Amino acid sequence: MTDTAAPAQKSGIRMTGAFHRLLAFSGLIALVVVFSLASPNFMQTQNILAILQATAVNGVLAIAVTLVIITGGIDLSVGTLMTFCAVIAGVFLTYWGLPMPIGILGAILAGAASGLISGTVVAKLKVPPFIATLGMMLILKGLSLVISGTRPIYFNDTPGFNQIALGSVVGQIIPAVPVPNGVMILFLVALLTAFILGKTALGRYTFALGSNEEAVRLSGVNVDRWKIGVYALSGAIVGVGGVLIASRLNSAQPALGQGYELEAIAAVVIGGTSLSGGRGTVLGTLIGALIISVLANGLRILSVAQEWQTVVTGTIIILAVYADILRRRKL
Amino acid sequence: MEGATVDAAARAVPLVQMRNIDKSFPGVRALSQAQFELMPGEVHALMGENGAGKSTLMKVLSGVYDRDAGEVLLDGKAVEITSPRQAQDAGISIIHQELALMRDLTAAQNIFIGREPRRFGILDERQLNRDTAAIFKSMNLNLEPTVLVETLTIAKQQMVEIAKALSYRSRVLIMDEPTAALNDAEIAELFAIINRLKAEGVGIVYISHKMDEIKRISDRVTVMRDGEYVGTVPAAETPIETIISMMVGRTLNTEAHAIPDTSGQPVALEVKGLNRGREIRDVSFSVRQGEILGFAGLMGAGRTEVARAIFGADRKESGEIWVHGERVGITAPRDAVSKGIGYLSEDRKLFGLATGMDVRNNIALASLERFTNPAGVLDEAGMEKSARDYIRQLAIKTPSDTQEARLLSGGNQQKVVIAKWLLRDCDILIFDEPTRGIDVGAKSEIYKLLNNLAAQGKAIIVISSELPEILRLSHRIAVMCEGRLTGILPGDASQEEIMRLATMREAAMRPDAERKIA
Repeated sequence: MTDTAAPAQKSGIRMTGAFHRLLAFSGLIALVVVFSLASPNFMQTQNILAILQATAVNGVLAIAVTLVIITGGIDLSVGTLMTFCAVIAGVFLTYWGLPMPIGILGAILAGAASGLISGTVVAKLKVPPFIATLGMMLILKGLSLVISGTRPIYFNDTPGFNQIALGSVVGQIIPAVPVPNGVMILFLVALLTAFILGKTALGRYTFALGSNEEAVRLSGVNVDRWKIGVYALSGAIVGVGGVLIASRLNSAQPALGQGYELEAIAAVVIGGTSLSGGRGTVLGTLIGALIISVLANGLRILSVAQEWQTVVTGTIIILAVYADILRRRKL
Repeated sequence: MEGATVDAAARAVPLVQMRNIDKSFPGVRALSQAQFELMPGEVHALMGENGAGKSTLMKVLSGVYDRDAGEVLLDGKAVEITSPRQAQDAGISIIHQELALMRDLTAAQNIFIGREPRRFGILDERQLNRDTAAIFKSMNLNLEPTVLVETLTIAKQQMVEIAKALSYRSRVLIMDEPTAALNDAEIAELFAIINRLKAEGVGIVYISHKMDEIKRISDRVTVMRDGEYVGTVPAAETPIETIISMMVGRTLNTEAHAIPDTSGQPVALEVKGLNRGREIRDVSFSVRQGEILGFAGLMGAGRTEVARAIFGADRKESGEIWVHGERVGITAPRDAVSKGIGYLSEDRKLFGLATGMDVRNNIALASLERFTNPAGVLDEAGMEKSARDYIRQLAIKTPSDTQEARLLSGGNQQKVVIAKWLLRDCDILIFDEPTRGIDVGAKSEIYKLLNNLAAQGKAIIVISSELPEILRLSHRIAVMCEGRLTGILPGDASQEEIMRLATMREAAMRPDAERKIA
């Protein structure tokens, strides 16, 4: 994978960002080593692919939240927005019988539209992001239930829909490593987002907004427009996540979604993105999401009760942020 | 009346005596052999330019700072006051310019914060409100103890602060610019309370820049300059001129600066009838290409507010802005920037610089669109080239263009912000306190840079609270006081002329004001 650090972050920040990624990365490696030694089942190709597959949805959502968090905001609506987008895909494909690409596009546009609304509420109405997206979270949860009539929408009439996440184009070419498409989509989203963050004006303003919004405003930049843009992009990425989850379950489950946003934020934080904005990387978030999946998978293989898994995840989050604080104190 | 008080005071034991106070901060000598004396029942004005040491001296008295040398006597006895708490116990209270009230609590809750009356460990709201009502009554103040502070006007909030001070049985009350946010009626109200406190023997230290108020309310005036004691004079008998010359008294070796004749140059920026509330009142002026217009005035005179309103950072109520002979509508900074106006704010860290980003990105921040190709990708090489050009041109000291901006010295951070606007092709530049927090060597470099920019035909506005800086740079000097432009002076004006305009309330409205006061 390419270096996903924004060029904006060269010199000092890049060093510290690299350090944190190194820390997160070494944590990931340490987990893998420990679980490999503890159980021979862990390092099986099948299990590794299962871990990656389990990371796909959370990874995509976490990347979406990373964008918003770098601007100094937060997005609590990604979980229920994911579900909403899945429901929209269901409406397009199952209710209306439209072709599959239209359904996928519809889901992504629904995500972008929701992000546009959140962004507008934050930028124009000056509602704090926490509140604005908390409201959106509930609105979207309700709308998903209303639109679907509280029943799951199945994609049985759309052949190939479950192949979006579960099929493996890679496996058809190299049968030895049947990496699921969902995982490839995660990597694509990661690459694309890293590119936008590192190489485009939108990306540069994303960091600048989180670094010092007033300075950006006084530079004559249309701060509101760019901020809304970031939220819309983030929403579109959540739309991809909605398609992934719908494909994996071969259905849109309207009751699903709540709680996903916190797991996504956890991945972002473990990955070294600062909640106060101004710095963060897609690669870090990816590693953060992997750490959560590896942990869940490894503990399950070791037959640790599910209840304890969340305890461990919570502990890891606190330790990750504490390590970051320790590091900064040294600077 | 004032004269009688002074005579009476002369016989009594002073409430406060501060003798030969020294105080240094790293690199700065804030106080040197400072003196101060306060009698019971006296209002004693403390005056001096910004940075003369008034606030530092009062912070020593109120226990915020430890003094390096000298002694403090209360009622003729030497005391050691090492914390604000001790000062409070000794009956010394300070009412800060920025009021320190909790807006969501009631007046009574504010006044007794930290020492609420309790019964069996439970807060006794009724007792609290009774005690507060008693204090309000003694001040002849018509205010409900249960009123929420956030619903009060600034003037009333100040009364609550004074009530709080009185609840500590304060005998010494320090007021720092108490009228800064008050209108005339409110000032009259405040003065009525001050007179009542006086009659009860409370000593009041009154820090203010406003000459007419000093004349109205105070008995004696002590003037400080550069951290030193200049003198103490009776307020009523001393002409304003004398006090002003005491304040600016030092003879500056201001190198006579060349003032180019720009009267033939086209007007770059013209402001007509700018208004916003009490902060900006009917301000009109113009700047020509190649001209440096200095903005002088005391703190809170409204200079920054004018700059921010022109730039669109704050809204304006009325007024026209003309750029290069064309009327422009500016409602946001991006409008101003698109017209070629750049604003370098007072607080670079807070408003001007994205400190976490590197030098290159800070320089390019206002021009990113220019560095974006049709595909939406940033031209990193182009940005690097431009950044390096300006680093060389402005002699910005940085190891590279990818150095984090926060790691640069103040002077170099300022240059980065200047580079940002030059790259954006701005030809009207507003500098708000361009050398604040910058060491002496870097200062003269910034001055040279400003002169060069003017010579290149840029129109420049410099807001500065340091008179020597204004005098050294300006081709013309606009002076503000309380939101009004009280006059525009030639660049070779004297400090006295500037100070007179800067302390003249409503002088623009009443040309004879000064005579009346004197």
